[in-house]
Amino acid sequence: MNELSLHILDICQNSIKANATLIEIIVEEDTISNLFSIVIHDNGHGMSKTTLTQVADPFYTTRTTRKVGLGLSLFQLAAEQCNGSLVIESEEGHGTHVVATFEHDHIDRAPLGRIEDTLTILILNEAGIDILYQHSYNNNRYVFDTRDIREVLGDIPLNDPEVLQWIKQHIKQGTTTIYKEETT
Amino acid sequence: MKSLDDLKKIRDAAQRKVTMRGKNEGIRILVGMATCGISAGARPVMNKLVEEVAEKDIKDVTITPVGCIGECAIEPIVEVLKGDQRTTYCRVDVEVAERIINEHIIGGKVVEDNLIGKYRL
Repeated sequence: MNELSLHILDICQNSIKANATLIEIIVEEDTISNLFSIVIHDNGHGMSKTTLTQVADPFYTTRTTRKVGLGLSLFQLAAEQCNGSLVIESEEGHGTHVVATFEHDHIDRAPLGRIEDTLTILILNEAGIDILYQHSYNNNRYVFDTRDIREVLGDIPLNDPEVLQWIKQHIKQGTTTIYKEETT
Repeated sequence: MKSLDDLKKIRDAAQRKVTMRGKNEGIRILVGMATCGISAGARPVMNKLVEEVAEKDIKDVTITPVGCIGECAIEPIVEVLKGDQRTTYCRVDVEVAERIINEHIIGGKVVEDNLIGKYRL
């Protein structure tokens, strides 16, 4: 996977399978302390301690169609290649918390990539989960919350094609703006 | 910057469309979006499908990301469900995605080149 946003899409599929109703994705870029971190937090059914010790093992999976599961293993590899780490915390009935850290300027750190594509695909999921996306670059921050959008939309669904295009543009513009230097 | 006012306009326009539909009516397009699908390029494919449906204003089509059906070697896999007919496409890229919309969804003719029967080992 050549974009970190593809890993985010992949990991969030786990949250959806865990019947989460809210997924919080927090991306923090801090060029001063040279840190790039991704937090994915869900309120799904969580994992037992035994499962938790096995999840990053490529030969562990809950899926029934194949015997391998590479999602978290690949994410962990991507982080460790950049002198970072992957930490997973989970408790049964209380959701799961995944934190991946990277050295911001590490040559092997993939770009975040098209996060707007990842988020729109997550929105199209049948379960109708809510998504909070928060992205900060040093002191600038962009926040997107499907709950705010739903409030404006009333009974118009989020998966209306025009609404989706609006959302995509909004995220794209918002995440581009945070990279612009502050004018003081 | 896209503003909330734009979103409100879209909402008001959508409310005027009286087309209400049940969950199983129309065409459903499923895109495999597990680790295998994503690494093989399912995200741009799904993205293309969503864009095409929006641009061409095609009604009664829902596009949904789904898991893995166990044929990871021939991902990205796209399935089209229409009535009781189920068509499974594999090794779909952005161009094939466009063909599926134009030839299958609009034209009613299956894109033979990417049917799963031609790729399965």
